[in-house]
Amino acid sequence: MSTTSAPPPGSELASAHRLVDIVLRARTFGIIAVLAVLVLVAGLIQSRFVGGGEIRFILSQTSLYALVAVGEAMVILTRNVDLSVGSVVGLSAYVSANMFGTDHGISTFVVFLVGLSVGLGCGIVTGAITAIGRVPSLVVTLAMLYIIRGVDTIIVGSGVVLASTEPNSFLNIPQDTLLGVPELAIAVALVVGVAAYYLNTFRSGRDLYAIGSDPEAARLAGIPIAKRVFTAFVISGALSGVAGVVWAAQYATIESTAANGLELQIIAAVVVGGVAIFGGSGSVVGAALGALLLQTINSALNVIGISSIWTEAISGLLLITAITLDRGIQLRLAAALRKRRVRLGA
Amino acid sequence: MSDQGEPNGEAGEPSGAADREPAIGADRPAAELSPPPALGGRPALSIRDASKAFGAVHALSDVSIDLYGGEAHGVVGENGAGKSTLVKIFGGVHPPDSGTLVDADGNSFSLNGPADARDAGIAVIFQEPTLFPDISVAENVFVARQPQRRGRRIDRRSMQRQTRALFERLGVPIDPDRVARGLSIAEQQIVEIAKALSFDAKVVVMDEPTAALSATEVARLFGVVQSLREGGVAVVFISHRLEEVFAICQRVTVLRDGRRVLSQPISGLTAGDLVRAMVGRDIAARVHEHHPRGAAVLRVAELSRAGIFDDITFQVHAGEVVALAGLVGAGRSEVARAVFGIDEYDSGSVHVGERRLAKGVPIEAMRAGIAMVPEDRRQQGLVMGMSIEDNIALASLRALTRHGLLISSIEREFATNWAARLQVKYSRITNPATSLSGGNQQKVVLAKWLSRDPTVIIVDEPTRGIDIATKAEVHRLLVELSRSGVAVLVISSELPEVLAVADRILVMREGRLVAELAHGEASEEKIMAAATGQADVPAPVEAGSA
Repeated sequence: MSTTSAPPPGSELASAHRLVDIVLRARTFGIIAVLAVLVLVAGLIQSRFVGGGEIRFILSQTSLYALVAVGEAMVILTRNVDLSVGSVVGLSAYVSANMFGTDHGISTFVVFLVGLSVGLGCGIVTGAITAIGRVPSLVVTLAMLYIIRGVDTIIVGSGVVLASTEPNSFLNIPQDTLLGVPELAIAVALVVGVAAYYLNTFRSGRDLYAIGSDPEAARLAGIPIAKRVFTAFVISGALSGVAGVVWAAQYATIESTAANGLELQIIAAVVVGGVAIFGGSGSVVGAALGALLLQTINSALNVIGISSIWTEAISGLLLITAITLDRGIQLRLAAALRKRRVRLGA
Repeated sequence: MSDQGEPNGEAGEPSGAADREPAIGADRPAAELSPPPALGGRPALSIRDASKAFGAVHALSDVSIDLYGGEAHGVVGENGAGKSTLVKIFGGVHPPDSGTLVDADGNSFSLNGPADARDAGIAVIFQEPTLFPDISVAENVFVARQPQRRGRRIDRRSMQRQTRALFERLGVPIDPDRVARGLSIAEQQIVEIAKALSFDAKVVVMDEPTAALSATEVARLFGVVQSLREGGVAVVFISHRLEEVFAICQRVTVLRDGRRVLSQPISGLTAGDLVRAMVGRDIAARVHEHHPRGAAVLRVAELSRAGIFDDITFQVHAGEVVALAGLVGAGRSEVARAVFGIDEYDSGSVHVGERRLAKGVPIEAMRAGIAMVPEDRRQQGLVMGMSIEDNIALASLRALTRHGLLISSIEREFATNWAARLQVKYSRITNPATSLSGGNQQKVVLAKWLSRDPTVIIVDEPTRGIDIATKAEVHRLLVELSRSGVAVLVISSELPEVLAVADRILVMREGRLVAELAHGEASEEKIMAAATGQADVPAPVEAGSA
């Protein structure tokens, strides 16, 4: 350790490293800062917004989005995209809610298992076509979006699952709290934590970043690309399936159009949360925070009394801001690293 | 390839013999080099009778090379001699069509993919390092092989410590925790070498590692190669720069047209020997006789672009073919792109006749009468899915319209005429360009630009991947074109081609014009000597120029 070539602490190299680190963290801090300002402003205008009820509502709303966003983030990390998540949520919501129609006393646990299976099935098909068939995921998942929605429509027909068929214990899931925190939010936070730990700590998780960063280099490094991409799609499908059950509990009345267009909100959340749209960098924690931010904006506008028509436009604006900011930071960072190197190399 | 050409009476050994045995220095004592250490003189890795063809092109034919631990083995050859194919075979990227690899124990094995090569202890450092820009340097070193602790979790601390230790061993301070994005090429190579060390590679293959390095970085790399050798590693060093090969290699192999022409200890060999071995083939018959030239039409003066090319000054006269020769990466195409306005340049000027061209504006170059046939005809020269007819007419559409509308009968007549003039062989003119052979595609590209009646035409690698017969036709066409008063600038890496068509030959090396040879005084040896920086090579015995 005492060799002269080791960079002394506080050297240019160390500071270059710090710079990169700071920039990467800045993204997470940025979201939290925006969130804080948002809550503050909305709270000043309408004090009801910072009340426990409203916060609980936002958290349980976010849970569903964050769950789907975690899976989507894993897919996007590999330089793919999953457009079918909305349809999977819709199908799973109907199938699981409909279980109560046939057997009112069925256990909620079984219903979750069924939702999970629906999602797994969809994820396996999508993943197999994309990873093994080597078809661009944009096309495959766009097709799956329509196919799954079509299956949903055929099953549901013009029917609806009505809230009256579902037991109260099921419909209360979004309201249940533990020490004042929605249980759903706790559960989803656990999922986010496990996913983040997996991506950071296991070779197969790190492989997802490598694949998205440079697929050709990943091939040369001997990473089993097809297997990893397949897994990412299966996880995305499974989480969407579970989210479908949550959707059913939250909205109670399920039609064939349930969760229509959800995929774009999810992708927006993931990108706002700092996952690079072409893969390779970002985190699931960021994606979950992105979902939280979009939901908070939604609620804030609602509470302040601005028409919900505006929320979509504002989400879009935020997306563009996030991407522009990312691009700018990246260029700055590259320039800064180059400059340091010139000084070092001299 | 071109060495099957008819013997033209010039001195030199028959090419067949040269292919079969080491032509140069074979009679010299087998070197005072100390025998390869360890392993009882057995090679650490051998490649046996490897052949690889891409379509009709034989990239490698029956190549055998022995690599010894503790030695650096230079592999040299002209562009297209098969060096890169050899690298890809070692890296497990392309399996050879025939032939095998043999390990230190004499067992044959084959590689089914890059991971196999790694497991066999072979590390390849490609010309373009393959790092992941978004992840940390330490993880790049250990990608897919991260050290693990209990529960198969990645041991980040150990990974970081090991990476730091590797960089210390290499004497290069790179922070293991920074992301790879923003590392210089030299640093990226060091990371690749650290990767090779991290899995105890027995063989490290470096494909032109010095091409993008500064002098100090080259010196540092040589130090690393030295320490690898001391560690018993067999290093394969591929380079265009012969002085580097002489500086660090103990053994050298020369490839020519995909065949091994020489493989022996380097001591006792001279740069001249290597250059002759690289070039040594029959010189193709010259196409043309002397012809008076007109005024200077294209004048390039002191053209510079930092790090790419420097102080380039030349003229091309009407009625003259000028060839720009040199090795790949010498900056020839870049100069052509700057002249045509595709790329910017920092200083200097380009004139066509009396008109000075604004930099970076291709349309202005076209208006001034320059036509450019790019190197990559499939990507840049043709719209492959479009018909032959439309491709020919593409650059002349304005002339084929009446009142702003394209008249298809006029277009048809125009395209048919030009296809006939260039003897394009097609079944129907409405078939897509993909239906044509490479040579005929090239003729379509030429037709497209000739139909604009240019005063200057720049042709980049006009006959790459074209069969011999069509090659000769393209050569004839270029010469005819110049005789009709057009100024022709040809960029070519094929020396026989350069000698066949050019009235004057300009040689570039590392971004500079280093030699200008008149048609009469040029020979392949002289061009190669200038292109590789061996200008002091004694004139070869058979320097038979007409």
